[in-house]
Amino acid sequence: MNSSVIVFPGSNCDRDIAIALEKMQFKNKMVWHKESKLPKSDLIVIPGGFSYGDYLRSGAIAGKSLIINEVIKAAKSGCLILGICNGFQILTETGLLKGTLLRNRNLKFINSDVNIKVINNSTKFTSKYKSNQVLKINIAHNEGNYFTDKDHLNKLKNENLIAFQYCDINGNISDQSNPNGAIENIAGIYNSKKNILGMMPHPERMVDNLISNTDGINLFASIMN
Amino acid sequence: MKFAVTVTLKKDVLDPQGKVVQDTLANLGMKSLKNIRQGKFFEIEIEERNQLKAEELINEMCKKLLVNLIIEDYKINKL
Repeated sequence: MNSSVIVFPGSNCDRDIAIALEKMQFKNKMVWHKESKLPKSDLIVIPGGFSYGDYLRSGAIAGKSLIINEVIKAAKSGCLILGICNGFQILTETGLLKGTLLRNRNLKFINSDVNIKVINNSTKFTSKYKSNQVLKINIAHNEGNYFTDKDHLNKLKNENLIAFQYCDINGNISDQSNPNGAIENIAGIYNSKKNILGMMPHPERMVDNLISNTDGINLFASIMN
Repeated sequence: MKFAVTVTLKKDVLDPQGKVVQDTLANLGMKSLKNIRQGKFFEIEIEERNQLKAEELINEMCKKLLVNLIIEDYKINKL
């Protein structure tokens, strides 16, 4: 399976995701944002970081970059797109995913391992997880407070487009288990066709027991499947 | 022609930065302070003599990049 990782000035999780993808046997290519053509890809990853120093709004400038037009075209033709952290913010700025990521409600940058629950395991990104499985995944962000309007929120719920929700170790979804104030504890969402996943937690940081755990592996294994 | 664009968070969107600034000013004794919303300000200069056309262009800039219409409102003023 061919994957491409888009690299912007200020991306800083691009190599981590490349290592995770290669570990899972993807044939991966790094694509600089100024390029106007994408290599043949089954999966495009927009990695975490601080593209363009978060100028204007997180993801705003990257969301209008040259390569993004190609990503949008690929997304519309059904290619799988995964946006992690800043990548999620960029996807909302392109309009590929609705809603936006506001500043964390405590106004602090949060770097911690949190529990998230797999809400929908019948997608190409999550088929290897069990429904309602609780994962421990790292988050590291300042703007992770997902917000969207009521109509879209209802659509997310009714069409099963919520990918992950923040929860406690037993899977209870409550305000106490919400690290950043995200509406309905949302940690990740899909588009209507479920070929685009945006998530704040970092699955690429959870692929090796030596440094963390392996709760992120099944996301890549699902895609590979 | 010069324009000022002011971008603010919509009324129903929480503005934690504005709240902290407000609380701090209250601590400094500003007793009649009622509410603060923090925003962004752009000063934009464009080469266009027709004001209507100029404003149209500024509107386009706001919608395409400067403003996130999901959470922000904007106002344009000619300087």
